Amino acid sequence: MTAVIEAVGLIKRYGPVVAVDDLNLTIPSGEVYGLLGPNGSGKTTTILMLLGLTEPTAGQVRVLGDDPSRNPLAVKRQVGYLPDSVGFYDELSARENLRYTAELNGLARDDAETRIDEVLTRMGLRDVATRRVGAYSRGMRQRLGLADVLLKRPQVAILDEPTMGLDPEGALEFLDMIRGLKADGITVLLASHLLHQVQAVCDRVGLFHQGRIVLEGTVDALSERVLGGAYRIHLEVDGQAQALEGTLSAVPGVVRVMRESPRGYLVEAKSDVRGAVAHRVVAAGGALLSLRLERLGLDEVYARYFQEVRHEG
Amino acid sequence: MKAERPPLRRREGSPWTGLWAVTLKELGDHLSSARMRLLEGLILLTALGTVSAAIQTLRTTVGEDPFLFLRIFTTSQQAGDIDYSFVLFLSFLIPLAAIALGFDAVNGEYNRRTLSRVLSQPIYRDALLAGKFLAGLFTLAITLLALWLLVTGLGIFRLGVIPSGEEVGRGLLFFIATVAYAGIWLALAMLFSVQFRQPATSALAALAVWLFFAVFWPILTGIVAQVVRPADNPFAELAQIQLRLALSRLSPNTLYAEVLLSLLSPETRALGPVLITQLEGAVRGALPLSQSLLLAWPQFTGMIAAVLLLFAGTYVLFQRQEIRA
Repeated sequence: MTAVIEAVGLIKRYGPVVAVDDLNLTIPSGEVYGLLGPNGSGKTTTILMLLGLTEPTAGQVRVLGDDPSRNPLAVKRQVGYLPDSVGFYDELSARENLRYTAELNGLARDDAETRIDEVLTRMGLRDVATRRVGAYSRGMRQRLGLADVLLKRPQVAILDEPTMGLDPEGALEFLDMIRGLKADGITVLLASHLLHQVQAVCDRVGLFHQGRIVLEGTVDALSERVLGGAYRIHLEVDGQAQALEGTLSAVPGVVRVMRESPRGYLVEAKSDVRGAVAHRVVAAGGALLSLRLERLGLDEVYARYFQEVRHEG
Repeated sequence: MKAERPPLRRREGSPWTGLWAVTLKELGDHLSSARMRLLEGLILLTALGTVSAAIQTLRTTVGEDPFLFLRIFTTSQQAGDIDYSFVLFLSFLIPLAAIALGFDAVNGEYNRRTLSRVLSQPIYRDALLAGKFLAGLFTLAITLLALWLLVTGLGIFRLGVIPSGEEVGRGLLFFIATVAYAGIWLALAMLFSVQFRQPATSALAALAVWLFFAVFWPILTGIVAQVVRPADNPFAELAQIQLRLALSRLSPNTLYAEVLLSLLSPETRALGPVLITQLEGAVRGALPLSQSLLLAWPQFTGMIAAVLLLFAGTYVLFQRQEIRA
């Protein structure tokens, strides 16, 4: 697999403020990469440098083999960009907006109309294509944004906060569309601060903090590394509840036991100790109502990681 | 990859890629906008009003004046205390129309959040800025050309005379000068639209500059000239007048007025103070077109230079600006 996006030692300073600090990033072809981190951590600045819309202070960028700050047109012909809270010309219809994009890409008129129909159908906007974009909902705008990206048939799609402001259902739907891009062989770079939403679609993620990627890898590998393969088991037990905390702590591998509610317990362990825990509860005369292994997500990884960083500091 | 970048490597690809796409889109926006219709209506109404009044006056002198069609533009009427003519209204309304077309050119894209999306298409910023400027200029040129033809047609219809070749030539040059004058205000408005994020601020700033040159500059030049060159003898008086003229020529309004004077009033022989001794032995009558053009040439090039300077300033400012809000 060849690297589609490659950044080495990328730095961007705005006066004394360092927005991106010595960033190294390699994204192979066909991957969905999540650039995750809180607002203001340098995600958008990184994206703008990848597109040649902002000049790096130092470092090297290659997108599809071209340097975006020297040959931006070649890069922008093959890279689609969906900006954070994308805007359209409200007084024009969706079709007219897309037509403008097609003209800016230098598409021939017939070809443009075919492609516009194609992307509008794909994004489910065919029926509202003649309506003014000003009357569109947030979700429709976001889908129109993706249609705008797909119009140029990009090899790379860069999506900045694509699910922000969408309702949960709309967000899931949108994530499905992103999976569709991967199926088409488009390399996707996704920037977001909504970790739990995007972790499901990303092949690999990079956690961004103060202009640096502090953690990188698959979601599973990261939680393994940061949380030390922690297992959290939620229990619901009826009767004789007093004595259970001691009993559970005695199970080999259990690190911590916490009482969440009168009937609920949280057990943290180094391994999957569900069997042993259930056995002990029953042996102690308790009625086990439920037992659930919690899968830890990126939110916990992120929170835990920075807890540790802060402790060290 | 090593961090070795040859200094000043040129960017590749033409800066004009997408220029026509931007120009045509903006032109379409302008021509269909309520803002432009309002201004067109205003210009048309004042034009019809002043021109038909001028024609009414001119009908009494048909046959005596070789430049009847130029007089349509310049003949002034009195309404109460105010003298007004077509060119006077035009020099008043043109800056307004140009500012209206340019004040939200760039900050409007920021506020609609379309700028980063448009610039992520395979075009340079050059094309966006130049396209917007050209679209504004074309819009004004179309309006002015239509206006000029309309007025000329009205003249033919009402006066029963057709314009001579020289009058058409002078009229065309008048049209070009007016477009250049409009270009100054358009470029200024666009400069402010890059500088200020709020369209209201940039509109106010552009209007303030216009008001300054229209109202305060003539007063200021008078005061400054009086202070710097007090008129205690005839030579000092001449020096004062010349200083005042030189200062007032920093204003685009003066430049435009002088170009109009020499183009539309062929009998104009000089655009500054003329001494009696200089007139001695002079042949009375109108100047030919080439001589009138020569007379106004510095003012003409001055206006075009102002357009280029303002546009270059806008360009530099825009290139240095960050895309994100």
